[in-house]
Amino acid sequence: MKLFISFVKKEFFHIFRDVKTLLILFGLPIALILIFGFVVTSEIRNAKIAVLDHSKDELTLEITNKILSSGYFILYENLDAENQIEEIFRKGEVREVIIFEPDFAANLIKNGVANIQIITDASDANTANLILSYTRAIIQDYSMSLNSTATKNIRVIPETRMVFNEELKGVYMFVPGTMALILMLVSAMMTSISIAREKEMGTMEVMLVSPLKPLQIILGKVTPYFVLSFINAITILLLGFFVFGMPVKGSLLLLMAENMLYILMALSMGILISTASPSQQVAMFISMFALLLPTILLSGFIFPIENMPLLLRAISHVMPARWFIIILKNIMIKGTGFMFVWKETLILISMTIVFIALSVKKFKVRLE
Amino acid sequence: MNTILHIIRKEFIQIFRNKTMLPIIFLLPVFQLLVLVYAATFEMKNIQMVVVDNDLSSKSRQLIGKFQGSPFFFIEQTTFSIKEAEAMLKSNEADFVLHIPSGFEKDLIKEKTGRLQLLINAINGTAAGLTNVYATAVIADYNQDIIVENIHLMPLSQQPQINIGYSFWYNSDLNYKIYMLPGILVILVTVIGMFLTAINLVREKEMGTIEQINVSPIKKYQFLIGKLFPFLCIALFELAFGLSIGKVLFNIPMLGSLPLLFLFAAVYLLVALGIGLFISTISSTQQQVMFLAFFFMIVFIMMSGIFTPTESMPDWAQQVNIINPFAYFMKVIRMILLKGSGFFDIWKSFVSLLIYAILMLSLAVWKYRKIA
Repeated sequence: MKLFISFVKKEFFHIFRDVKTLLILFGLPIALILIFGFVVTSEIRNAKIAVLDHSKDELTLEITNKILSSGYFILYENLDAENQIEEIFRKGEVREVIIFEPDFAANLIKNGVANIQIITDASDANTANLILSYTRAIIQDYSMSLNSTATKNIRVIPETRMVFNEELKGVYMFVPGTMALILMLVSAMMTSISIAREKEMGTMEVMLVSPLKPLQIILGKVTPYFVLSFINAITILLLGFFVFGMPVKGSLLLLMAENMLYILMALSMGILISTASPSQQVAMFISMFALLLPTILLSGFIFPIENMPLLLRAISHVMPARWFIIILKNIMIKGTGFMFVWKETLILISMTIVFIALSVKKFKVRLE
Repeated sequence: MNTILHIIRKEFIQIFRNKTMLPIIFLLPVFQLLVLVYAATFEMKNIQMVVVDNDLSSKSRQLIGKFQGSPFFFIEQTTFSIKEAEAMLKSNEADFVLHIPSGFEKDLIKEKTGRLQLLINAINGTAAGLTNVYATAVIADYNQDIIVENIHLMPLSQQPQINIGYSFWYNSDLNYKIYMLPGILVILVTVIGMFLTAINLVREKEMGTIEQINVSPIKKYQFLIGKLFPFLCIALFELAFGLSIGKVLFNIPMLGSLPLLFLFAAVYLLVALGIGLFISTISSTQQQVMFLAFFFMIVFIMMSGIFTPTESMPDWAQQVNIINPFAYFMKVIRMILLKGSGFFDIWKSFVSLLIYAILMLSLAVWKYRKIA
């Protein structure tokens, strides 16, 4: 035991001596949470539009003003001719061009019908779709206000309630997502690199001939990172709560326990990666490619899993982050208890066991 | 010149000798591209919905039929109890509940308005917003139907009407993949280029082999060019490879000039590799390099506009993007490929990156000392 403790101490020294890495370890979660909270948003704000007004009458000016005062759009340029549209899109700033037909107001009053043409730059399909629906809503709204006196038609009115997140706050997505990402990266990447490093430098051999048992070596390697990751988890929770008002509706104790389980899983994954990699470089690239993008994209962090093709939905089942995010959302946002997350918890536990079993099988007491 | 060629040859030999790294450099990115492009989509289909029909009238059935016919919705279950539906929202079995209260048909005919309740699981705000848009569209469609059906009851009054026509340029079927593929490609190319460069140099430090180079007559700039060039080639090769896959499998449009794209990519990569070099000169272990590079990368990627429009970001963040090389390339690769932008459309980004590359490389050269 004493041996083991001094070994853990040695590991801590290693970590604390490397101030740059340490800074980044603690800075990364903070930076990510702040970026997601303040910078990255899929909402539309200040989208640049151009207007091609062939009519330039009172009504078209009014509609243009209405669109510009909505806060979603800013006017980039007034165009004079159709052939400028292509040119302005190619410059890459403008996302939408609104075209009013000639004699817009006259047509509306005389014939009862006037036409607006909206062209969006759909190379970004998602944003184009959002921008178009906002613009249409504004114009329809205006069109309704023209008809306020007319008799109303028969219709069905839906009342929408956004359950669990009435203000559609992004924080409900990014806190669980960032947590899953950071804990995975810090735990798995750090462990795999640090073990691979001992191998590469030849110091692994020294440890293997020491009276420490292989299990003790592994545990000793893992303990400091467990502590660091747990501190990171708490940092994220605190930031989420105090800066962005992310609640924890369910049991805090359960949340902590699940966090520890997930960290344990990530650590055992790191050990597995390290047993498979002869050098730090390999360990890094495997961690990088196997963990970073898949954890962001296949876990439901940003893109909903249900929309993916069947094959990817199948792959997403083996992403631990996917299950962890479900657990986090259940506990933090829906406030459900263990009964709602036991399945996911069980999956994480079995993943941990599989990773440990595989690493034990692959761990070599001798170096070639 | 000869010296540089020798160093470059040495680097290439080292790269191709490492049999574990080769598949990681060349196969993993391809695999990632294939998988992730499919994953990164907001196209909603099969939204799992529960119908609570407490009216059981012909009108309510008609409305449900409309939802059944929509490609976006999949009716998971029909029930009478709103409690049960809410429980399904809670346990993640459904994302959307359509509640038709009893008396729906009666109100619709008598008072000309029928009321519905939609409950949407809004934890993912973006997805919830889209679900709402689609549901509203289905209901609007239904409204059109009942107006036409009941036209004998109440003739449509003559109202002024604004028609909105619309068209999606460059991507008329709103295919999100052709937008994501270049974005993911940028990340992969950068990861390969930046990390390989950064790790390579610091590895020589860690192994002590840098000493031997330091005592040799090789000049600083020769050494750095020798280090940069191979990785620049590999990264450009990956870009070409990725683009070919995009063309063959995803049929991404390539409207602009490919030489222009590669010229821009080369300048961009000089910046990325320069950052890699710089990081490696200020670090002493591979672990440090890894985490420093990783930190900048993830921050830059998130701010580059790969998933979200950059103009929605706060002003200070847009200012920060001036030093974000990802943001330039992310924008330009999409402009050239998808919209056919030419040099005159992108020259500002080009010049900025060029200046950036020169600054970064001089910084790295200045920082690099020929002493251990």
